[in-house]
Amino acid sequence: MHDQIRIIVAKPGLDGHDRGAKVVARALRDAGMEVIYTGLHQTPEQIVSTAIQEDAGFVGLSVLSGAHMTVFPKVIALLRERDAADIEVFGGGIIPEADIAPLKELGVAEIFTPGTPTGHIVEWLRDRVDGMVPS
Amino acid sequence: MARNSESGIPIEPVYGPDALAGWDPATQLGEAGSYPFTRGVYPSMYTGRPWTMRQYAGFGTAAESNARYKQLIANGTMGLSVAFDLPTQMGHDSDAPIASGEVGKVGVAIDSIDDMRILFGGIPLDRVSTSMTINAPAALLLLLYQLVAEEQGVSADRLTGTIQNDVLKEYIARGTYIFPPKPSLRLIADIFKYCKAEMPKWNTISISGYHMAEAGASPAQEIAFTLANGIEYVRTAVAAGMDVDDFAPRLSFFFVARTTILEEVAKFRAARRIWARVMREEFGAQNPKSLMLRFHAQTAGVQLTAQQPEVNLVRVAVQGLAAVLGGTQSLHTNSFDEAIALPTDKSARLALRTQQVLAYETDVTATVDPFAGSYVIEKMTGDIEAATVGLMAKVEELGGAVNAIEHGFQKGEIERSAYRIAQETDSGERVVVGVNRYQLDEEEPYEPLRVDPSIEAQQAERICKLRAWRDFSRVDEALTRLKKAAGGTDNVLYPMKDALAAGATIGEVCDALRDMWGTYSPTDAF
Repeated sequence: MHDQIRIIVAKPGLDGHDRGAKVVARALRDAGMEVIYTGLHQTPEQIVSTAIQEDAGFVGLSVLSGAHMTVFPKVIALLRERDAADIEVFGGGIIPEADIAPLKELGVAEIFTPGTPTGHIVEWLRDRVDGMVPS
Repeated sequence: MARNSESGIPIEPVYGPDALAGWDPATQLGEAGSYPFTRGVYPSMYTGRPWTMRQYAGFGTAAESNARYKQLIANGTMGLSVAFDLPTQMGHDSDAPIASGEVGKVGVAIDSIDDMRILFGGIPLDRVSTSMTINAPAALLLLLYQLVAEEQGVSADRLTGTIQNDVLKEYIARGTYIFPPKPSLRLIADIFKYCKAEMPKWNTISISGYHMAEAGASPAQEIAFTLANGIEYVRTAVAAGMDVDDFAPRLSFFFVARTTILEEVAKFRAARRIWARVMREEFGAQNPKSLMLRFHAQTAGVQLTAQQPEVNLVRVAVQGLAAVLGGTQSLHTNSFDEAIALPTDKSARLALRTQQVLAYETDVTATVDPFAGSYVIEKMTGDIEAATVGLMAKVEELGGAVNAIEHGFQKGEIERSAYRIAQETDSGERVVVGVNRYQLDEEEPYEPLRVDPSIEAQQAERICKLRAWRDFSRVDEALTRLKKAAGGTDNVLYPMKDALAAGATIGEVCDALRDMWGTYSPTDAF
């Protein structure tokens, strides 16, 4: 079951800092998950299209530029609009503590801030899949 | 048991005279200010005056950043360092759809000469030196700076400062590229020629390893890939018909300073020695200034933690000390809250105070290159030099920096190194205080500085007004000439300056160049 988890790791917006995204992508792949990395400078539309085309279960967004309050909600809204709200969105980057609750209210499943061990993200994804009702 | 340095080279528990067997101080060390510049680029280093304290700043609107610069000057900063927002760095106007959410966030939003005039309003450009972290659109911001200075009555030949203008490292690490490598290099050669003729005191490029280090590069990778990029720029300018001594004295470098003081000091010394040798032996430079690796240093942002952020003050002091002991020409010390958000006024002031303590309260400025002759430092300098030369040879085998970039070589090496660091941190083998050891049960809440989200609308309105007042036929005529130059061999900076003076926006000028040169899209695997 776990080895079928398919995740899009995406860099929305103009931010070029991809160290975190790449480290997480590698760690998830090493944990046996299928990871697709979008590359830099993706629009929310591009990310959502990739997620739907690839039949992904999760989209992981990485933003270090401060644009998270604009970009995360756009991705969530587009997923709903395209009838793909079952794709879960999580994220990380330079995200102030105070922004986490509002992001979760908007539908972001989890935010991983700097210093999170990669193993925690792997565990979180596995738990999330275990908790999902098979369709 | 030997511990490994960040570059993976063993550091022995004790070094003695054997470590320096075969070491010849006359050739490997020399005098400060003389070839091979191991001890520093100037004979007196900080004994006459300290390094330039240059704090990178900028956010929100031009007016807000202008206020921060004036405050930094009042606090004793000696040179300005401008941070631009991502739309500016990527050559987009603030009202472009892709700019949504990014306007004014990581730096100041500049769309046209109108914004630049406000950014430097009331700041005498003949008396400050200004560094601008701008790469793909570096020519545009340089020309806007010149235009604003001329409005102030300051002629271009008196302007001092630096544009980062290092596009090759954008492909390797930082990600804010626009055009493909070939036209990017041609644009850089045009800038070298323009500055030689018009702005002879300006540093035309800051060849940067900092961002590679932030992306995960080891110290040896950082200086190897940076010096290899430097070699590519020198080759480009020589191929464009310039004499090496006509531009090499204006090349400058930019490196990180980590908490690992010993290796960092060795790194800076090794970098100077390698560059001097390359410039003399490979390029036949005659002017001693062409051989000098002058550099700016910034403390390692990536080593700062969001947990117990005040601890970062201590890290920054240690990192800053490494840069000073390594002989930096200028220094930016990060603010302790930068792992969380943009610095507040107070945290920015504390960062500057850290440098002032290093400069005026310690004795490390009393004598030149205080670690010279130390068994460990001289041994580590030689070790890191050898590792760097080895990596530079690999880049050469792949056909030089650009070809190696197209192979994904540097980026791949750096990402492997980043992943190893993450694994070591996860396993606890690498201690990060407050993160994987000595954690607090509960972090204290910290309220970071926030950028006003209405800036996007304000900037869009300003562009709207600009489009109304300017004489579009003048803009259009200059942009047409710019495109013609871009398609041919004339220097693009002259028509570009006319376009910007007429009120062309950053987005319009970059779009004209995109039309002619295309854009870069990497094959980005992981």
